[in-house]
Amino acid sequence: MKIAVCLKRVPDTTAKIVIAGDGVSIDPAGVKFVPNPYDEYAIEEAIARKAAAGEGETVVITLGTDASQETIRSALAMGIDRGVLLQTSDHPDPAAVASLLAEELALGEFDLILMGKMAVDDSQHQVGPQVAEQLGMACITAVAHLDIEGGTITAEREIEGAVEVVRCGLPAVITCDKGLNTPRLPALKGIMAAKKKPLDIKPVTAGQGSFEVLSLTLPPDRPPGRIVGEGPDAVPELVRLLRTEAKAI
Amino acid sequence: MSSPAANSRFTGVDFYDADRLLSEEERAIRDTVRTWVDDNLMPIIGDCYIEGRFPKELIGGMAELGFFGANLPEEYGCAGLNNVAYGLIMQELERGDSGVRSFASVQGALVMYPIFAFGSEEQKQQWLPRLASGKEIGCFGLTEPDFGSNPGGLVTTARQSDAGWVLNGTKMWITNGSQATVAIVWAKVGDVNDPTSIRGFIVPTTTPGFTAKDQKGKLSLRASDTSELHLQDVLVPSDAILPNSSGIKSPLMCLTQARYGIAWGAIGAAMACYDEALRYAVNRVMFDRPIGQTQIQQVRLADMLTEITKAQLLTLQLGRLKDDHLLTPQQVSLAKRNNVNMATDCAREARRLLGANGILAEYHSMRHMANLESVYTYEGTHDMHSLILGEKITGLSAF
Repeated sequence: MKIAVCLKRVPDTTAKIVIAGDGVSIDPAGVKFVPNPYDEYAIEEAIARKAAAGEGETVVITLGTDASQETIRSALAMGIDRGVLLQTSDHPDPAAVASLLAEELALGEFDLILMGKMAVDDSQHQVGPQVAEQLGMACITAVAHLDIEGGTITAEREIEGAVEVVRCGLPAVITCDKGLNTPRLPALKGIMAAKKKPLDIKPVTAGQGSFEVLSLTLPPDRPPGRIVGEGPDAVPELVRLLRTEAKAI
Repeated sequence: MSSPAANSRFTGVDFYDADRLLSEEERAIRDTVRTWVDDNLMPIIGDCYIEGRFPKELIGGMAELGFFGANLPEEYGCAGLNNVAYGLIMQELERGDSGVRSFASVQGALVMYPIFAFGSEEQKQQWLPRLASGKEIGCFGLTEPDFGSNPGGLVTTARQSDAGWVLNGTKMWITNGSQATVAIVWAKVGDVNDPTSIRGFIVPTTTPGFTAKDQKGKLSLRASDTSELHLQDVLVPSDAILPNSSGIKSPLMCLTQARYGIAWGAIGAAMACYDEALRYAVNRVMFDRPIGQTQIQQVRLADMLTEITKAQLLTLQLGRLKDDHLLTPQQVSLAKRNNVNMATDCAREARRLLGANGILAEYHSMRHMANLESVYTYEGTHDMHSLILGEKITGLSAF
């Protein structure tokens, strides 16, 4: 089975974010960048499936600057066979990203394309479905459990208060959610082997996107907490506020 | 005011951007061990320490990731890392606990290394992959009840017979002793007063006459097994000897390897204490403000950070020297002595900053403080390293 994983380099979620001078992007200075955590479920799934099958090939594809080579190597260190960097310094929106990825993916004749359901920086949730659309494949999103038997996928999605079971045929695009697996730590040997695995660098230019970011601002400061009383006597008032103000119960 | 990350993952201490001096692989290796420690060791280490239990259920995971003998060659099933990467592994393990790092130090530097350095090719093929994978667990039998700082005076003997070597003696303070499947035992093949007659022997611990017993009542390194070894007419085959071992120099070379890793490890312990103290200081309110806003605590934190930063840069250079084959044992002595001493200071000051909470096992500083007293004492006491340096500097032995 040929499995492709799409991987994005994103800021670590604990990083302190500063808005860049242009007002529509973040300032990367001092920010730690990591593989998108949701894409790590995809990487783990690809490696585990290839290992279980005893044959096949896994490829990781990333769109970004040369800094993304390190991100690709972290996937190679976990056990992916080879990597492709679609090299650009543009910041394309999801539609443009999907076009570039789809063009590269089409070359590979992949049976299965995996990626996280979203990237933790922009939370667009769009690239998976858009890639599938462009490749004419089925797409199942936010998958927390995956079975593949013959040429058929049976996927479970955790929706509000229920589990939805969805079936489709291969080839397909699956976007991965928490719970799908536990991404492995790269073995130290794997980290050393990563540099020897093939990493193709292909310069690309992003096409026209479908929207424009107008502004990016930090969220407002959290208001201070409110002490509603002390001890058991405070409980009725707390319950009232949770019901009427916070609407939490 | 920026406060430390709200989440409890350890993000390191790097005031002088020492990360820039590391390669991408070295950082990735360090980060893997750091994450492993957060996920697997931190949740259980407080309880293990109180119970006096080494978490042996973690051995498999450490082995699988390649933590053991990580700087030994790939042809023996090891990760084949450079010495800076090896040091970073020790640093991150000891950020978790000195006892757990001691396990890895023994397995790698004191069992796998002597087999690699002094063993025959058959011995290397037979033992190294199995030690790397954790299928065999080793211990290093050098120290005796009456011979610690003066290992050359050891009195364990090895006498040749038709059937092989017969070993007799007692070892003490042996990390991993009670759970080891194999012991590297140092014994004199000649006169008991002749340190040049010291040789190393590979002794499977199931050999009749070999017993190991844990030493009880420890107030330090409680999450580590520390044992006595008793060898009573232990017969091993002739090929159990490490053929290239020769005199006290051989175990001392092993100790240099271990001391190198310990110099890095101590930085990890110091970082753990500093990190804990800093997070506590900015959150703990007394007299209507965080205690981190008081001068006394800021001096504590500044002193800790200064010592950690100095040690980081010193020890990185030590690693680069080792990788360039320029390392001298005295350079290792300087780093071990400095780093462990400063780490004991960091741990104690962190413990004090934490106030009453600092005496609880749910905080880490006092555990590190207690552990580091053993680290100060073993692998060459602080004072012995002073004399090693003094002799090197002056040419005059004050031993």
